[in-house]
Amino acid sequence: MDLMTIKQISPDQVLFWEWGPIHLNATIVFTWGVMALMTLGSWLVTRRLSSGTKVSRWQNLLEVIVSYMQKEIKEISQQETGSYLYFAGSLFLFILVSNILTIFPGFIAPTASLSTTAGLAICVFVAVPIYGIISRGILGYLKQYIEPTIFMLPFNVMGELSRTLALAVRLFGNIMSGMKVAAILLALAPLFFPIVMHALGLLTGVIQAYIFAVLAMVYIASATRVQRQREQKNKNDKEKGESS
Amino acid sequence: MTDSISLIGMASVISAGLTIGIGAIGPAIGEGRAVAQGLASIAQQPDETNTITRTLFVGLAMIESTAIYAFVVSMIILFANPFWGHVTGG
Repeated sequence: MDLMTIKQISPDQVLFWEWGPIHLNATIVFTWGVMALMTLGSWLVTRRLSSGTKVSRWQNLLEVIVSYMQKEIKEISQQETGSYLYFAGSLFLFILVSNILTIFPGFIAPTASLSTTAGLAICVFVAVPIYGIISRGILGYLKQYIEPTIFMLPFNVMGELSRTLALAVRLFGNIMSGMKVAAILLALAPLFFPIVMHALGLLTGVIQAYIFAVLAMVYIASATRVQRQREQKNKNDKEKGESS
Repeated sequence: MTDSISLIGMASVISAGLTIGIGAIGPAIGEGRAVAQGLASIAQQPDETNTITRTLFVGLAMIESTAIYAFVVSMIILFANPFWGHVTGG
């Protein structure tokens, strides 16, 4: 909490280093810190993988995380996990690690900055059409915008944009509010209450990471799945017609 | 000039309080109803606990985001007030 005064609303305003037009602010530094930590950690763990019965505890941890994510994705999307795991899983792990690391004093979560969360939400905004086009083709994907009628086109487009905004502001608001509440309580009643609110903030951070990944997965699934259900239904109807 | 500064300060503080106060009412009622319904359905169908809990959490996040919008607006009014810099010339 020392780095960021109570009046600063975003870690973008905390400058570490400045040279002409180039600013190195807290968001960039801690984003790269989290990325380096995750890369280094997974490199160290996956350096010596074993497929036998004797498994190191860190490999066990990673296996638990990955298999849990695969199970969740399979349940949400009703499809094979495929490449969804890389996208949704990376989002989840990055947000989770940067939210959890706030227990270290001096660390400012990069997700408490609107620019980070907007970047993540734009990733989802771009990924949804890509996955949709891969699984249904360009025409098949674009057709979902004019369903059920062509008059729904502006509303569908607006929905796409507003849910991206909601995704960004939800994550930013939750993490930023956790930090601010802890900082304000630290100034008011510094003995015990900031710890309680900080614990609550950790819980919120984990839940928000989960929710961000689940929502991204739900959006992708809704862009890829609709067609398949309809084909299934047509097939069932045809079979029924033949049997009767 | 001093007069308009104090006026803007007063209006900002009062409206920030009103924003978060009134903005929290709706989501609080909505979340309460959602959780009550979720608990009732878990009590009825304990086998479906996983699915119900996941849907409940996602739904709660959706509902909560309206309260978060109100909170973000009140934080902007308090800490990053655009009119404040306009008056003080900062």
